Amino acid sequence: MPAKKRNSSFFTFINLFPQILQQTLILPALALVLALLISAVLLMITGYDPLTSYSSMWEGVFGSVRVFTEVLLKSTPLILVGTGIAVAFRCGVWNIGGEGQFYAGAVLATWVGVHLSGLPPVLTIAAVFAAGVLGGGFWAVIPGWLKVKLKVNEVVSTIMLNYIMIGLTSFLVTGPMQEAKKLFPQTDEIVQAARLPNILPPTRLNIGFLVAVVTAIIIAIILFRTPLGYAIRTVGQNPETARYAGMKVNQSIIIAMLLSGGAAGLAGAIEVSGLTWRMFATISPGYGFDGIAVALLASNNPLGTILSGFLFGALRASSELMQMNAKIPSVLFKVIQGLTIAFVIAFSLLSRKTADEREAEKSEALTASEI
Amino acid sequence: MDFIFSLQLLLQATLRMATPLVLAGIGETFSERAGVINIGLEGYMLIGAFAAYTTVFYTDNLFLAILAAVLVTVLFGIAFAYFTITVKANQIIAGAVLNIIGLGISGYLYRILFAQTLKASAVRTFQQIPIPLLKDIPLLGPTLFDQNILVYSTYLLVPLAAIILYKTSLGLVLRATGEHPHAVESLGIRVIHIRYGAVIFAAMLAGIGGAYLSIAYANQFVENMTAGRGFIALAMVAFGQWNPIYVWLAGLLFGSTFGLQLRLQAGQTAIPYQFLQILPYVVTFIALIISHGRSMQPKAMGIPFEKEGN
Repeated sequence: MPAKKRNSSFFTFINLFPQILQQTLILPALALVLALLISAVLLMITGYDPLTSYSSMWEGVFGSVRVFTEVLLKSTPLILVGTGIAVAFRCGVWNIGGEGQFYAGAVLATWVGVHLSGLPPVLTIAAVFAAGVLGGGFWAVIPGWLKVKLKVNEVVSTIMLNYIMIGLTSFLVTGPMQEAKKLFPQTDEIVQAARLPNILPPTRLNIGFLVAVVTAIIIAIILFRTPLGYAIRTVGQNPETARYAGMKVNQSIIIAMLLSGGAAGLAGAIEVSGLTWRMFATISPGYGFDGIAVALLASNNPLGTILSGFLFGALRASSELMQMNAKIPSVLFKVIQGLTIAFVIAFSLLSRKTADEREAEKSEALTASEI
Repeated sequence: MDFIFSLQLLLQATLRMATPLVLAGIGETFSERAGVINIGLEGYMLIGAFAAYTTVFYTDNLFLAILAAVLVTVLFGIAFAYFTITVKANQIIAGAVLNIIGLGISGYLYRILFAQTLKASAVRTFQQIPIPLLKDIPLLGPTLFDQNILVYSTYLLVPLAAIILYKTSLGLVLRATGEHPHAVESLGIRVIHIRYGAVIFAAMLAGIGGAYLSIAYANQFVENMTAGRGFIALAMVAFGQWNPIYVWLAGLLFGSTFGLQLRLQAGQTAIPYQFLQILPYVVTFIALIISHGRSMQPKAMGIPFEKEGN
C-alpha cells in the first residue's frame, strides 16, 4: 500500500535523529503542530479566525515581560506536578492523584506558614517547603502503600483521594483553618518571612520557578544516575526482573510515590508562599490533572517536563487571555492538550514499530548472508 | 409515617443517582472482562451528556437525543479501541487522554453554542412513568415503579448482562478473552474483534449514562457535570468483582451515598456539608480496601493482545 510506504519512510527519516532527540523534542513538537492544526479547524467551524486566535495566543505568551512572567508562574506548578507524575509512571504506578497531593501540600504549608514566627526567612521558607513535601508525600504514600500491601488499584484510589482532599480543604478553610475575621472561606495570610522573594519587580515572578526547575533536575539525576532511580525504572519496566535481580520492589514503589506526591506538594507550597499567601478551596484550577499531560508529553522524563510544563503553562495562560480578548472559550486548551498527547502516543508507537521493522530487516539480512 | 416517607424519598433518590453509574459500570464490566480497562468513562459521559442536551435543545426529541449520545460516544469508543487494541497504546494513558478531550470538547462547544450566546435553558426531560398497580406497593412501589424509562432500562440491562456473561457462548468467549486471549485465538475466534465489540458496547452505555445526567436527572448541561461519576463507575466494577449483579449492587450503594447527601443537605444537620459531599468518594475508597485480595480481576486486563509467533 502506498500510504503505508510513505508512512514508514517518514518514520525512517525521523529515526535518523538520535533517539533522545526524537522522544523529547521532534515528535512532541510535531504532535503539538498537528493538535494546533486540528484545533484550528475546530476554531474555523465555530466561527473564529484561527490565525488571529493563535496570534493572540502568541501575544499572550511573548507579548510583554509581564505576560511572559505570568506564563512562568503558571508553568511552575505544572513542572513540579509533571515531574512527580513522571517518577510514578516510570515506576509503573498510575498516580492520577496529583491534584489531591497538590492540595495536601498546600494545606500543610499554609498551616506552617501561618503559625511559624520568629525564624529568619530562609528557615521559614524551608519549613514551608518541607511541610508541602510532607503533606503531598503523605497523601501519595497512602495509595502506594495500599497498592503494595493490599493490591488496591491505585488509579481509582488516587482519584478518590483527590476528591476527598479537595472536600477536606473546603471544610478546613470554612472551619478550623478559617481566617480570624471569619468573613471569607480562606485562611489567614502566611507570615512575612514565609513569602518567597520576588525576582523581577514589578511582576509577580518569584524564586518558585527556579525551585521548580532545580527540583526537576535533581529528580532527573535521582532517576537516571542513582541505584534508587535504576530500581524505580526497573520495577516500572518489569517487576519480576527487578525482584529477580534482588531489588526491593515494594520499597521502590513507596519511594516513587513519596517523590511523586512530594513534588506535587511542593508545588502547592510554592503556590501559597509565592502567589496567594493564603489557602482557599479553589486554589488549583486543575494543575494536578494537567501534570499528567505534562509528564506524558515529556515521555516521563523529568528534564522534559521543564519544557512541556512551560508549554502547557503557556497554553493555559494564553488561552485565558484569549478568552478575555477574543471571547474564545479558554477550555480550548484542554482540546489542544488532549490531541497533543494523543499524537505523541501514536507517534511513539509508530516510530517504535518502524524501529522494530528495521531491526527485523537487519536480522533477516544477517541470516540471509550467513546462508 | 414520616420516617417511611423520608426512607422512600431516600430510596427513590438512590435509584435515580445509581442509574448513570450502573449504565457506565455494566459497560465497563464487559470491556474489562474482554481485557480492556478504560479510565476514560468520565470523558464518554460528558460527551454523551452534551450530545443529548444539544439534541433535545434543537429537536425537542428525547429519543433522538439518546441516539445522538450513543452515536457520538461510539465514535470516541472506536477511536479508543483503535488506539488501545490496534496500535496497542497503554490503556491507562489512552483513557486519561479520553477524559481530557471529553472535558475539553464538551466544555468548548457548550460555551460556544449556549453559554456565550446566553441561549442555555432548561430542556424537556424523561418523565416518570408510574406503572399501574405495582406503584401502589408500599415503599417499594414508588421507589421501583415510579421512575423514568432509563431507570427501568437498568432492570432489564442488569439481568440480561449477567445472563449473557454467564449463560451464553458469547459470554464464555468474552470472559476467556480477558483471561486467556491466546486460547480464544487458537479456537479461530479473533480476540481483536471481541475486544472492539466490548469497548464499543461500553462506550454506548457510558454515553447513555451521560445523557441520563443532562436530560433525565437534570434538565441542562453543566461543564464537568459528571463530577467523578465515571471514576466511581470504574471503582464499582472492581468492587463488584466484574459481576454485573454485584456491580449493580455496588451502584446502588454509591447511589445511596449521593441520595443520602441530597437528603441530608435538604434537611437540617450539624454535619458540615463538605463531609456529605465527599461521602461517595470515601465510601468508594473504603470499598476498594475492603474488596482487596479476593480479586476476580481478568488476568489479561490492561495487556494489549499480541499474536503468538509475531
